[in-house]
Amino acid sequence: MSLLTTLARLEAVRSGRAEPLATVRHRHLSERPMVLVPLTTAGESGAPLAVMLGTDRDAPRLHLVPQPLNRTLRFDFLAELAADLLPYLESFAEDVEQIEGSEKDPETGEKTQVFRELCADAPQLIVPNGAGVHHLALIGRSTRFRRTAEDAEPGPYPAPLRVPLLGRWLTHLTDRAQVPGSSLLLPMTGLLSRHWATGQSHLEDQHLAARLAWHDPPEGLGGARAAELVETGRDEHGQLLHPPAGPATDPRFDEFVLGPAISRYDAAVTALQHAAEQRDGTAAERARAAVRAAVDQLEQVLTAVLLPTWRDVWRGLELLRALPSAGHLEERWTGDRWSYTGHRDRLAAGEPPQPRQDDAVTAARKLAQREREQTRLDVQEALDDPLAMAEHRLAGEAFAGVVADVVLEYDTTGRSPKPRPLVTLHTADRPHADLGREVHRVHGPSTQKAEIVAVDPAEGTITVRVLSGMGRKKEPEPGSLPEPGEPVTFTLFELTVRQSAPLPEPDDTPWTHGGPPGAASVPAAPASEEWE
Amino acid sequence: MAQLNPGAGSGPEHSPGAAADAAVARILAATVHPPAGAPRGVVVDSPPGAGKSTLVVRAARELVGAGERLMIVAQTNGQVDDLVGRLAEKAPELTIGRLHAADSRPGPEVLKHANVTPSDKVADLVEHDVVISTSAKWQWVRAEAPWRHAIVDEAYQMRSDALLAVARLFERALFVGDPGQLDPFTVVGTEQWAGLSYDPSGSAVVTMLAHNPQIEPHRLPVSWRLPASAAPLISRAFYPYTPFRSGTGPGDRLLTAAVRPDGSALDAVIDRAAEHGWALLELPARHTVRTDPQAVAAVAATVRRLLDRGLTAHSEQGEAPLTADRIAVGTAHRDQAAAVRAALLKAGVPVDGTVGPAVTVDTANRLQGREYDVTVVLHPLSGRPDATAFHLETGRLCVLASRHRHACIVVARAGIAELLDEHPSTEPVQLGVPVAFPDGWEANHQVLAHLSGHRVRLR
Repeated sequence: MSLLTTLARLEAVRSGRAEPLATVRHRHLSERPMVLVPLTTAGESGAPLAVMLGTDRDAPRLHLVPQPLNRTLRFDFLAELAADLLPYLESFAEDVEQIEGSEKDPETGEKTQVFRELCADAPQLIVPNGAGVHHLALIGRSTRFRRTAEDAEPGPYPAPLRVPLLGRWLTHLTDRAQVPGSSLLLPMTGLLSRHWATGQSHLEDQHLAARLAWHDPPEGLGGARAAELVETGRDEHGQLLHPPAGPATDPRFDEFVLGPAISRYDAAVTALQHAAEQRDGTAAERARAAVRAAVDQLEQVLTAVLLPTWRDVWRGLELLRALPSAGHLEERWTGDRWSYTGHRDRLAAGEPPQPRQDDAVTAARKLAQREREQTRLDVQEALDDPLAMAEHRLAGEAFAGVVADVVLEYDTTGRSPKPRPLVTLHTADRPHADLGREVHRVHGPSTQKAEIVAVDPAEGTITVRVLSGMGRKKEPEPGSLPEPGEPVTFTLFELTVRQSAPLPEPDDTPWTHGGPPGAASVPAAPASEEWE
Repeated sequence: MAQLNPGAGSGPEHSPGAAADAAVARILAATVHPPAGAPRGVVVDSPPGAGKSTLVVRAARELVGAGERLMIVAQTNGQVDDLVGRLAEKAPELTIGRLHAADSRPGPEVLKHANVTPSDKVADLVEHDVVISTSAKWQWVRAEAPWRHAIVDEAYQMRSDALLAVARLFERALFVGDPGQLDPFTVVGTEQWAGLSYDPSGSAVVTMLAHNPQIEPHRLPVSWRLPASAAPLISRAFYPYTPFRSGTGPGDRLLTAAVRPDGSALDAVIDRAAEHGWALLELPARHTVRTDPQAVAAVAATVRRLLDRGLTAHSEQGEAPLTADRIAVGTAHRDQAAAVRAALLKAGVPVDGTVGPAVTVDTANRLQGREYDVTVVLHPLSGRPDATAFHLETGRLCVLASRHRHACIVVARAGIAELLDEHPSTEPVQLGVPVAFPDGWEANHQVLAHLSGHRVRLR
């Protein structure tokens, strides 16, 4: 945790309200995000219980599994979810723009102009918290390999047609969510903690409602007290007034509300089967009504625990939308659009689902991409937001000041003299500025490097020699150097992101990493499980 | 190879020199004349100061002597420059190519050797006997004719994905490294790959061994750096299953002071360290910011006093005054190192190595592979309210506590043992990940228990 974040948290403790950590919004928000609040069943990892989703705050849709242990019902639920979610995910696939690029012919080496399709926009899923992202990843993993009736060997329990496709989309979205700065799938708690500090611990911040309590605490009640009420307040039946944002449910809800409701459903289903066996028409009619009533009741209780979180997520979006968007959002969102377009193309090309585990080369590529994007994100946030830059200044990795003096000097070692002007600035910052250290000018007319030649902490001055970004002439291009009196910022870190080194193709995996992933990765037969 | 046979110990067959020589001979035979069907890699686990660099130089000479061209992979530019300097000096008959990045020229001390050619293009260097570069630079090399042999130095610090990118360049490799030092790291989440044999964020050697189980790592059994006072503790705390011993006996290394102690806590701590090889300067318990001003001041004052006392280091290599360049200060974080540097400057202690002998002040990551006579360590857990995985990492403490030839002075706030007890390791258990022994928690307790016997309180 940086010094500035600690300070903001302390201020939040004192003021009793969330304090800003950013002056702009650092993540892209879609015009039409899909909010999705999942719930899971206690006792089985990744077993879905219900989902509330929709793009309209006033029209949430609920899907549920009346008996979460029953695989047939689970796949009925997943089919419903696929029917609801896939049209949204696919709705961005048609509207494309053509991006011009060039491709090198591998044989002649000639460059030819090519056009690639890039989807004009991409979907965005918002879930309440990081555990929600993990839950979607589990659903993706458990469904993308399922065989359907269309497969050559569908097996004893073919999944509904679109379910494996849903799994592949969820896998893609949750994998992309691992890339720093990406915005296809975002947890609301993560979004809020990037932009505001509360006076509670990071662990407590994972509770969406408790986090939001710091944003608008009731009159006369500090954030801490408001958050505590949200976390612990219960009604006369012992049920939480504000259920947790999931995917796990409150154990007392499970015990006193959900469990009995599921038992009623089970009893009704058993009665229905019994009636069917006995060929008793009236009893069957009665039992069918009982099943419907039991499902209705489950819908009612699950809606009741999901709605508060649903509203919280939209409230969070409202807070975030009030912030002006950061300068580099468009660029990063373009990366997300490429990611979406790429997955669309892989599906269209009939490629197999993402493998169970990455091979050595793919894992290394993903790691390199994530590290590159993390660096890009840090740099871009610092450039977009003075508060983010302030963290670097406090850490001694940047300094800002006002130009006191510019002295034109020349490097005469070469054939023609090159301008190497000295710029002295007044600053209260204390960078880790070793002499000779390379620094980079922020928001200059072009990228500009300089090196530190003198530091005087007593006077509060730092002198740098500008090394580049002044044009090719003897005199520096007008406007390429800061004027006395002008505020400037330099960073000790590079402002562009270095390319990652090339990796071999998976088929060229070397002996140190087990050789090419060939035959060894044939998927094992699916583990047998109890189905109903 | 005088260093490999200092003649200390009881009998010739049990002497550390003989044991080390035998181990080196086995390693060289496996590297230079591998039997038919032998695995493609040779791994050498080396405890701190066990003659790893000497081994690399010898292996390079013998491989070139056998008619091979050779590539060497090290992890940082500093390590590459050190190695180039050592090779150029010890093996003047070799032609050495120093491959560097376009924007980072090697240090001047490297280029003064006549047999070293620097270049940023590998094509200029392929005809040289030995080409040395960092793994980061090697990853970009596109070579038509790969080398047959490679030596990977500090291989446990190399990340698995870096090895993946460079392994196409060689057929066989000698991996040399210290398994007890800091593991490679990344700033992004990698849980997804935990437990995979080729986890890209893991160590290169671990990956290579997982895929080549027939390789038996060799061990260097003797630390020539660590004194008799330090080797048993470091071996017990950080290498419990691969013990090593010191190449020197008790009393072989001595620190003597020209100036008598003035009765202060600082002098008491220096005298303790001189006598026992370890000392703990303990400040009153307190939760502090990372750059704890009092602890930083205590570190700076200790270094100042070390220089003022006119210490002389006596060892099997002769005696030499303890000058600034023989002292290092180790910290956990960069801002702590910066704070110590500032405090030392204020106390008039040189810290800039480019203008003369100076005290090295750096983080554990950057002190890896370095050696000094006396080290002053700001304890990673000093003043902290919590013990995170970063601060508990075994390698961090191991690096900090094993850089010295004579003595190590640890500066810390009281209460670390209690802090450890309040923060047992709670990292999630990942399936398929081998459990690392010893864990940082246990190692920290061991070192602390030993240090508490040499405690001096500063009020």
